[in-house]
Amino acid sequence: MSFWPHLLLALLEGTVTAFVLALTALGLSLVFGVMRIVNVAHGEFFMLGAVLAWFCANLVGTPVAGFLFAMIAAPLVVGALALAADRLILRRIDYHPEGTIVATIGLLYIIQQAVLTLYGPDARPVAPPVYFTLSFPWFGYSGYKLVVAAMSAILLAATWWLLARTTLGLYMRAAQQDLEMAQAFGVPARRVYAMVFALGAMLAAVAGVLVVPIQQAHYLMGLDPLLLSFIVVIIGGLGSLKGTLVAAFVVGISDGVVSVFFSPTLAKIVATLLVAAVLVIRPGGLFGEERA
Amino acid sequence: MSGRATSRVLIVHLAVIALLFLAQFALPAYHHTNVARIMVLAGYALGYNILLGYTGLMSLGHAMFFAAGMYGAGLPVYYLGLGAAGALAAGIAAGVLLAAVFGLIALRTSGVSFLIVSLMFAQAFYLASLYFNEITLGDQGFILSGHLAPLEFGGASLGFHEPAVKYNAALLLFAASLLLSLGLRVSPIGRVLIAIRENEERTRLFGYDSFRYKLLSLVLSGGLAAAAGASYALLFSYVGSTFASILFSIYPLLWTLLGGIGTLLGPLVGTGLMFYLVDVASGMTSAYLLVVGVVLVVLVLWFPQGILGTVRAKWLPWLP
Repeated sequence: MSFWPHLLLALLEGTVTAFVLALTALGLSLVFGVMRIVNVAHGEFFMLGAVLAWFCANLVGTPVAGFLFAMIAAPLVVGALALAADRLILRRIDYHPEGTIVATIGLLYIIQQAVLTLYGPDARPVAPPVYFTLSFPWFGYSGYKLVVAAMSAILLAATWWLLARTTLGLYMRAAQQDLEMAQAFGVPARRVYAMVFALGAMLAAVAGVLVVPIQQAHYLMGLDPLLLSFIVVIIGGLGSLKGTLVAAFVVGISDGVVSVFFSPTLAKIVATLLVAAVLVIRPGGLFGEERA
Repeated sequence: MSGRATSRVLIVHLAVIALLFLAQFALPAYHHTNVARIMVLAGYALGYNILLGYTGLMSLGHAMFFAAGMYGAGLPVYYLGLGAAGALAAGIAAGVLLAAVFGLIALRTSGVSFLIVSLMFAQAFYLASLYFNEITLGDQGFILSGHLAPLEFGGASLGFHEPAVKYNAALLLFAASLLLSLGLRVSPIGRVLIAIRENEERTRLFGYDSFRYKLLSLVLSGGLAAAAGASYALLFSYVGSTFASILFSIYPLLWTLLGGIGTLLGPLVGTGLMFYLVDVASGMTSAYLLVVGVVLVVLVLWFPQGILGTVRAKWLPWLP
């Protein structure tokens, strides 16, 4: 293959990565934006989504049914788990920023090791629900990857709709802007926090379900999406949803290009150096509020 | 701190060091090696505690300093046949340099941003140690025995494979780190650091350049972590990228939290306790990191001051 087809492949890969990343990072960004906490176990919610998709695929006969089942069941299970974590841990420490980080690191190891015990150390594949190849003159491209991008776009739009058009979304935005004022106007802060934490986890879980036919389900797979989400959220500016989306595309596509032309490891190193550059120029991130 | 209080504190810490010295004659072989290892790792936790306990900056990336010390010491020994003293110095220099460069970039952020940035830089360091595996040999790592010449000391030849040499070298390093931390704690610089932890804004209003103090604290912290990494490589003869992974950034946080943030002996207590907890758990199950997770959650929920922090709050208010 010459340069241009390579570039096309890189851009395609990058776009798919970017969509999944946008979905995962949006969950992290939402939780930070509203609750001012960083969820280090976010990647484990992604991993749980993938592992649950494998269980769903084994429970149900056909790949399509298994996929649809997982798309509904996995976020519900993970969302319930997040609600429990919020109720039993985060609320008790009053969402203290550093305490939350330590607690979610603990949660990370608890979830990871529980999956290792119940599911085992193997990476297991899940068949894609649809199977077709997009043939270009130079290479064939998996059609399912485009389905992933499309589904992600739909879910991103749905999240936007939830935030912009529903009462819950209004509460969330109010809590983000000024928690005390929002409470004075009757916003049920505790319930909103619980819902935001669950929603963030569900977004990660759904991303995990989407990704598992491309990438096998494994108990350690949560680390990469976590780190990439962190990179996206820092570059985009902590708490800025618009920044998160823009940064997801910058990071996703550059990751695709560097991975195809050089190596995936180098791509991760480059992404981190990108963060360093952004921080030197704008400590608050590209779209962040100025409160470093 | 008054003169009497200072001497009481000094006596307690010297007594701990003396106790550790005497312990080597009583401990059975298995625990002898374990305690040597604990002392080196406690030096790492002490370095971590300077940043978290005394300056109030939480880092999730200290493994890069530990590993910088390890590679800084290990690579010249492996490839160039450098001696132990030179290797230790090279390791510390590598950690100090990395901490300074990292600090200049990362200290532009604060709070949770600093945390995330430290985590990402450490991950980039880890990935780089895998990427350049022709030099570092990646996660397979390399063994130093056979490359490291024994220390010549007044006519006696001290090989690093001998348990007594290991133990006392580890003790020497731990004692140096402990006394350095203590010295920092009672010095004017240490007080400025604590002032930054309590209220950075106000400290700046008093005319202290908080950025410079935070950078100094980060460099000291990274330097101690690198010293621990370098001596770990030299004493236990192995260098590998596992020591740069995220888990090794979480460990010093866990040890410090368990022992008590901002206490001087807390890192030693936390490291020792956690070492044996993980040791016992990994004998029973492959999911031994579950213990790490549960301890972290329990500490945050019910025990945020850690062991010595609670002891200090309840019984010994003079404990530094």
